[in-house]
Amino acid sequence: MNTETLKKEENKTAKTIRVSGAEAIIHCLLAEGVDLIYGYPGGAIMPVYDELYKFQDKLTHILTRHEQGATHAAQGYARVSGKVGVAMATSGPGATNLVTGLADAQIDSTPMVCITGQVPRHLLGSDAFQETDIVGISTPVTKWNYQITKASEIPEIMAKAFYIAKSGRPGPVLVDITKNAQFDELDFTYEKCTGVRSYKPVPKPDIKAIEAAADMINAAKKPYIVFGQGVILGEAETELKAFVEKSGIPAAWTILGLSAMDTDHPLNVGMVGMHGNYGPNVLTNECDVLIAIGMRFDDRVTGNLDTYAKQAKVIHFEIDPAEINKNVKADIAVLGNAKETLDLLLPLVNKNEHKAWRAEFDKKYQIEYDTVIKKDIQPTKEGLTMGEVIEQINIASGHKAVVVTDVGQHQMIACRYAKFKQSKSNITSGGLGTMGFALPAAIGAKMGAMEREVVAIIGDGGYQMTIQELGVIFQHNVPVKIVVLNNDHLGMVRQWQELFFESRYASTVMTNPDFVKIAEGYHIKSRRVTERSDLKDAVEEMIASKDPYFLEVRVEKEDNVFPMIPSGASVSDIRLK
Amino acid sequence: MEKQWYTISVYSENNVGLLNRISGIFLKRHINIESLNVSKSEIEHVSKFTIVIYSTEDWARKIVGQIEKQIEVIKAYYHTDEDTIYQESALFKIASDLLFDERQIQNIIKESNSQIVTVARDFFVLAKTGRRHEIDEMHDALEPYGIMQFVRSGRIAVTKATMPITSILEEFQNQ
Repeated sequence: MNTETLKKEENKTAKTIRVSGAEAIIHCLLAEGVDLIYGYPGGAIMPVYDELYKFQDKLTHILTRHEQGATHAAQGYARVSGKVGVAMATSGPGATNLVTGLADAQIDSTPMVCITGQVPRHLLGSDAFQETDIVGISTPVTKWNYQITKASEIPEIMAKAFYIAKSGRPGPVLVDITKNAQFDELDFTYEKCTGVRSYKPVPKPDIKAIEAAADMINAAKKPYIVFGQGVILGEAETELKAFVEKSGIPAAWTILGLSAMDTDHPLNVGMVGMHGNYGPNVLTNECDVLIAIGMRFDDRVTGNLDTYAKQAKVIHFEIDPAEINKNVKADIAVLGNAKETLDLLLPLVNKNEHKAWRAEFDKKYQIEYDTVIKKDIQPTKEGLTMGEVIEQINIASGHKAVVVTDVGQHQMIACRYAKFKQSKSNITSGGLGTMGFALPAAIGAKMGAMEREVVAIIGDGGYQMTIQELGVIFQHNVPVKIVVLNNDHLGMVRQWQELFFESRYASTVMTNPDFVKIAEGYHIKSRRVTERSDLKDAVEEMIASKDPYFLEVRVEKEDNVFPMIPSGASVSDIRLK
Repeated sequence: MEKQWYTISVYSENNVGLLNRISGIFLKRHINIESLNVSKSEIEHVSKFTIVIYSTEDWARKIVGQIEKQIEVIKAYYHTDEDTIYQESALFKIASDLLFDERQIQNIIKESNSQIVTVARDFFVLAKTGRRHEIDEMHDALEPYGIMQFVRSGRIAVTKATMPITSILEEFQNQ
């Protein structure tokens, strides 16, 4: 035997066993270290559920109340733990209900494996009951997908699925398994996948590019870092901090980069993008070297590309070659995992402080504080603001909570004002903007980090998109804290209508149910706050609770989120009011 | 940026869903695939897609980046017409009596360098391989006499420069 064959033999499980395809799937999951999955049973996936019943001491299955909830829970679990989230559903509608979660995981690079049942092979293409071409449907929203029609394919495909989901730039993988392949037997051995010849997950860093980047950084007068989720996915938080501290370069983050660096770090200057901070946006157009790390220049970050950082040289640290020059042209591209490339960069950069340049950020912050922030977090008007609720949560949780947000005004406010000490603490739907994400994602986040406080902050609109997942929180007593910031509107759309559609509030006003009673219906401890005087106590009670807790805060109905870069405008034209 | 013809060559594993994935990348950007050909390549078990688009270089480059990202794609390239040797094939089905009644038909066959593939009682079939404009010229010449059926293949192309696919695959084997 040559060494390669020997190595392969070692990777194999101890012995070959004769099992059904359904049981093989369980063994694959266990071999991948999975102990928790989310899903919903149905006809075409029943053989696997039958095995889940037998293996319930080793593998916990959480029944979400909708398949979409299963995907978001798996995402929340993956984002907080760094592990692959797993969701399972039956064929047809079960499978199609996964699509939103797949798309969300695809655009936010979340490692997830979805397993769907499919009609038996002999019925494929016959419009059988609950047959749908989920491989065709999910192709544009998956990193990879595959339909298994023979039991013998299961070990290899499952191993490949986990490898592809987690490696390189992570993403969702869907494996569709026909019912006959679940019933049929195979000789099962498992070998973890260590490579696919047509797939290079992590480009090898080019030392020359890193040297060129260091030279450019060392020569810069006004260098500026914008980091994204690539830092978190690459577990490069320490390397980022070391680079920032040595070089003295102010660093801002994209919404998905939030929590990769302590929000109170003196060099952390805040958030870029449409509702980001004033300085980080305006000074993008004044820096001389823009250092992008693990981010993809999304349109919500850049505003109008024709007026974005045109004066600056751009250095782009990125794992995915397809992102280079996609939106913003890079003068130097440094391909590779951020952990590796930043580590190589560190010894080459000079120690610096950039005092005058950093003072620019302080000045801009003061302007923003005086015009926006103070009113948001220490309001003097009668109505409650979203910002002061976030501030109370910061205080009560000591900046240690995992904050899970939905989509809209509350999300922007939470990302602007939430404080973090620890990475992987900001879980939100960034790229896709999926309303309904937060409640199930918070369940997954809590289960992925039971020792941590998990606070879901949700608007009254998004809350009602996946509200049925309260059933999971009740049934399994998942101690998440749910805060609904209720303004009786679809707030962000209403804001746009006010600013750009002459206040024609088309379908953004909502008559809401009694959310406290709904939570009570699920036997979840709950409280409603309508007065400022009650807020501090309620938030403290919520954080202190050992059980799940629901808090509704009635906030001002027509508050707007500022600063704001109007759609298609330049980052320089950010509005403070 | 100026638009021109680009030939995109994709080397990939032979996988049933891949065509769908690749065509989706063009669809998403509203770029029309002018021609598409899938065949085996010079490497065993490696397929080759040859796709022709009319676009700017910037788009061609971005599309190739997105294609290369797909798990089963080993490598993708884009080339201009000047970088490649390329051909298309066409078949013309013509009524047999024309071959005898119309003297000009024989001249067209000779001048176009086409081949007679088959002759039956009612029809004969001409095959022509060449550049698009040569096939178009032959089509125009035959059209007045009546073409019973016409079909043209997608472009097939090889590059003037070497494509280092083999070394990419070897690198993987040695890992």
